Amino acid sequence: MRLSRRALLGTAAALPAAAAIRQARAQRPVIKIGVLTDLSGVYQDIVGPLAVESTRLAVSDFGVADKGFDVEVLIGDHQNRPDVGSNLVRQWYDRDGVDIVVEGGSSAVALAVAGVAKDKNKAYINSGGATSDLTGAACNANTLHWTYDTYMLAKSTGAAMVKAGGDRWFFITADYAFGHALSRDVGNFVTQAGGRVLGGVRTPFPGTTDFSSYLLQAQASGAKVIGLANAGADTTNCIKQAKEFGIKTPLAGLLMFISDIHSLGLETCQGLFLTESFYWDLNDRTRAFSERLWRRMPNRRPGMANAGPYSSTLHFLKAVHAMGPAEAKKSGAAIIAQMKRMPTDDDVHGQGIIREDGRKLHPAYLFQVKKPSESKRPWDYYNLIGTTPADEAFRPMKDGNCPLVKT
Amino acid sequence: MMMILGIPAPLLFGQLMLGVVNGAFYALLSLGLAIIFGMLNIVNFAHGALFMLGAFTSWGLLNYAGIGYWWALLLAPLIVGAFGVVLERLFISKLYKLDHLYGLLLTFGIALILEGLVRNYYGSSGLPYRIPAELQGAQDLGFMIMPNYRGWVVLAALVMCLITWIVIEKTSIGAKLRAATENAPLVQSFGINVPRMITLTYGAGVALAAFAGVLAAPIYSVNPGMGANFIIVVFAVVVIGGMGSILGSIITGFGLGIVEGLTRVFYPEGSATVIFVVMVIVLLARPAGLFGRAH
Repeated sequence: MRLSRRALLGTAAALPAAAAIRQARAQRPVIKIGVLTDLSGVYQDIVGPLAVESTRLAVSDFGVADKGFDVEVLIGDHQNRPDVGSNLVRQWYDRDGVDIVVEGGSSAVALAVAGVAKDKNKAYINSGGATSDLTGAACNANTLHWTYDTYMLAKSTGAAMVKAGGDRWFFITADYAFGHALSRDVGNFVTQAGGRVLGGVRTPFPGTTDFSSYLLQAQASGAKVIGLANAGADTTNCIKQAKEFGIKTPLAGLLMFISDIHSLGLETCQGLFLTESFYWDLNDRTRAFSERLWRRMPNRRPGMANAGPYSSTLHFLKAVHAMGPAEAKKSGAAIIAQMKRMPTDDDVHGQGIIREDGRKLHPAYLFQVKKPSESKRPWDYYNLIGTTPADEAFRPMKDGNCPLVKT
Repeated sequence: MMMILGIPAPLLFGQLMLGVVNGAFYALLSLGLAIIFGMLNIVNFAHGALFMLGAFTSWGLLNYAGIGYWWALLLAPLIVGAFGVVLERLFISKLYKLDHLYGLLLTFGIALILEGLVRNYYGSSGLPYRIPAELQGAQDLGFMIMPNYRGWVVLAALVMCLITWIVIEKTSIGAKLRAATENAPLVQSFGINVPRMITLTYGAGVALAAFAGVLAAPIYSVNPGMGANFIIVVFAVVVIGGMGSILGSIITGFGLGIVEGLTRVFYPEGSATVIFVVMVIVLLARPAGLFGRAH
C-alpha cells in the first residue's frame, strides 16, 4: 500500500486529538464500591452472591452513563472473621482506591470494619450485621447502618407477640454476644409490654445440632412463646425439631430471613412469626425490584439483607452525583454527611431518612409464615401482620449513647 | 410431679432418651472411624464430610431420581462408599508408610474441598428432607413425646453396630482383616490380597458414615456444615473409647450421648464441653482409652 504524503500528514495531525479523547475518558472519575460479604460460610444465602447482584443492579438502575463518573464494583469474602474482613477492607481502601464498602458482614466483622473506615476516612454502609452498637456506642461519622438491627427485631417481634397474648417467654439463646444481646433486648420489650420472661437456656455456639432437649425444657417451663435468639442453621434446626417433638408452644424466630423459610419449607414453618424490613411481595415497588433482580439471578427471592445493599448503594450514588465525584472521593465523612442530608427513596424500602447517628430509618414489618395451602406460587411465604412505622421501629437516638449525637 | 435431684422426672427421662438418640449417631460415626483407624492407621478427618455427603446423596436421589428414603438408606452408603474406594486408591493409599500427620492433613483437605463444593452448589442454609411417611408421628411415653423416627434411628444404629461387630469379630473375613493389621506381610504371604482388603475396609467405614448421614437427613437440615459439627465430638468419642476399638466406640458413643443429655439439664452451657472434659480425664487415667490396648 502506498501512502500519500497528504494522508500521512493528516493522520499525524489527528493523533494528538485521539490521544486527548482517550485521556478525557481515562480522566472520567471512577467511584469504586467494595461489596464485602459472606461468599463461603453459613450466611452465604442471607447475604452473599444475591447481595452482590443487588449492588450491581443499583449501579445499573442509577445509570452512570450521563452522570459524569464511572462505577466499579469489587467483591470480597470476609469468611465471618473480623480479622479477614478488616484486612481486606484496609487493602481496598489503601491500595485499590475503594471509596465505599457496602453489605459489610455480620456483627463482629461490621464492628471491625467500621473502625477501619473511620481510620482511613472512607465510607462504610453495613447491611447484613445485626448489632445496634453500630449506631450506639460504636457509631462514627464514616459509618451507616442500613437494613435492620437487634433493636428493630426485638421491638417488632417481641412487643407484637405479647400483644397477641404471648406474655410468658422462654429463650433459647446462642451463647455468644449476638444471642445475649438479642434475648436481652427482646426480654426488655416483653416486660415493658406487660409480659414475663420465665427463663432460658444458652446453647453452645457454634456446634449445637440437637436442640430437642432445650425445646423440651422450654415446653416444661410453661411458657407461651419460645423465643429463638439465634440465627441460620441453629434456628432452622430448632424449628424442625420442635415440629418433630410435637412442641405446641408457638416459636418466635427473632432473626430469620426468607432463605431460612425456603430451606425449611412451609410445612414446617407455618404459623411462625418473624420480622423483616423488606419482603419481595410487599408492594408494587418491591415486586418490580425483585423481578429485575430475578432476571440477573433466577430461582432466589431476596430477603432484607440481600436487598439492603441495593437501597444503600443507590442512595450513595445519588449523593456522589449531588456533591460531585471529586469531592466524594476526598472524604468518607463528607459523603456520609451528604447522604444524611438527603432523603432516601428506592424500590426496596420506599422513602426514608438517615439519622445523625448513622441509622437508616424505614418501617419494620411483622410477618407470619403462610400455611402450605395459602401459598399460591413459589416464594409466596408471608402474611403481613403488623407494621412498625419508621420513626418508632428503631432505638431512639438519645438512648443509643452515640458520641456523634450532641445532646 | 416426681422430682429427681430437683429436676422434674419427665424432663430427666426425656433428656436420657435424647441422649441415647444422639449417642446412636456418635456410635455409628465413631464406629466407622475406629474401623478405618484400626485397619488403615489413618485418622480420617474426611469422615464428617462423607457423613454430610451421605445426607446430600439421599436428598439428591429423592429430588433428581425420585428415589425415596428406604432405597436411599441402601443406595447412598453404596454410592458414597464407592467414592471412598476411589479416594483411598487415588490418594490415601500413598500415605500408609508415612506419619499419621500426613493422613490427617490429606483427609482434612479432602473434607474442606468436599464441603466447599457442596456449599458452592447448594448454598449454606440447607435443604429440606422429609421424614418418610411410615415413620411420621410420635409415641406418647408418658414422660415425653418420642418421635417414631428417633426411635427408628436408635434401632437402626444398634443393628448396624451389631452387624459390624459380628463381621469383624466373628467371621473369617474379620479374622483376616484383624490379622492383616497385626502383620500385613505375613497375611499377604498366605495369598490374601491385603491392599484390596484395606481399600474395601475404607469403603465400608465410609459407607457407615454415609448411612449415618441418611439417618440424620430428616432430623437436621441437610447442609454442608452438618458433618463439621459432629466430627470433633466423634473424634473425642473415639479417643475416649480407645483408638481402633470397635466395641469401645459403640459403647462410648451411646454413653457419651447420655452424659451430654444430662449436662443439658443441669448446665446447658457446658453440654458442648462435657465430652472433652471426660476425654481429658480418661486420657490422664487411661491414656489408651477405656477399651483400648496400650501398644
